[in-house]
Amino acid sequence: MQVASPGGGSVPPDLRLRFAADPCSVRAALLQVLAALGPGALNADDRGVLALVLAEVLNNIVEHAYAEATGMIELQISTAPGSLQCQVSDQGAPMPGGAPPQGKSAELAVPLEDLPEGGFGWFMIRSLAHDLRYRRDGASNLLSFCLTVTPLGQLA
Amino acid sequence: MELVTERLADALLIRVMEQRIDAAVAIQFKDRMRELTDGAGPRVVLDLSRVGFLDSSGLGAVVAVMKHLGATSRLELAGLTPSVEKVFRLTRMDSVFTIHAAVPPSGALSQAV
Repeated sequence: MQVASPGGGSVPPDLRLRFAADPCSVRAALLQVLAALGPGALNADDRGVLALVLAEVLNNIVEHAYAEATGMIELQISTAPGSLQCQVSDQGAPMPGGAPPQGKSAELAVPLEDLPEGGFGWFMIRSLAHDLRYRRDGASNLLSFCLTVTPLGQLA
Repeated sequence: MELVTERLADALLIRVMEQRIDAAVAIQFKDRMRELTDGAGPRVVLDLSRVGFLDSSGLGAVVAVMKHLGATSRLELAGLTPSVEKVFRLTRMDSVFTIHAAVPPSGALSQAV
């Protein structure tokens, strides 16, 4: 898996990963993505956002789509100057209501004991990603989204 | 999950010696923090300066620890790295926690916090 881009303008090849739907495999996959899209391909901020959005999407699949069941996740990342296109598929349960959660921002003006301990994931995904699309295709969930990144060779 | 504790003059300092607080370790983090903060006194300062990645599970675990401490002890955060700071800012959880830019050095007195 070599995606280092020798010249500033060239488009690195796609990244494709297939891994088991459990927290440790998700962590290993994220580290593999970050190793492939190293500092030569993405700046530190963009790497942080990519890692966060992917972690939220993938952990949601582990926790909700597969719940207690075992299964596989496929992740594909296509890089283009200024953007990353991510596609994720799994064979778990469909999104409730046939759509990803709205991810509303949490109510924080509440007593300590009522503070939310969850529900931040989709809010962060929707805040950081754009062109989010979901569809159910037979027994598969297909989710795609884009992340805007600083183009190679251009400092922010 | 390596957490190192140190007694400061008026706070219990807990250093997270891990690079990630994510879904894979969130429950472990929560459980260890509950053990370590048992009878902690009025202030607990969590040193996050080695943590380069925190996801929503990690954030939820930090909130759970604060709720567990309840009225007896206050959880404060120190040394957030840029990615971790971003998660707190994005979710507005930075308005809920006291966040210190600097981490108290080893053996520091309370004034340095």
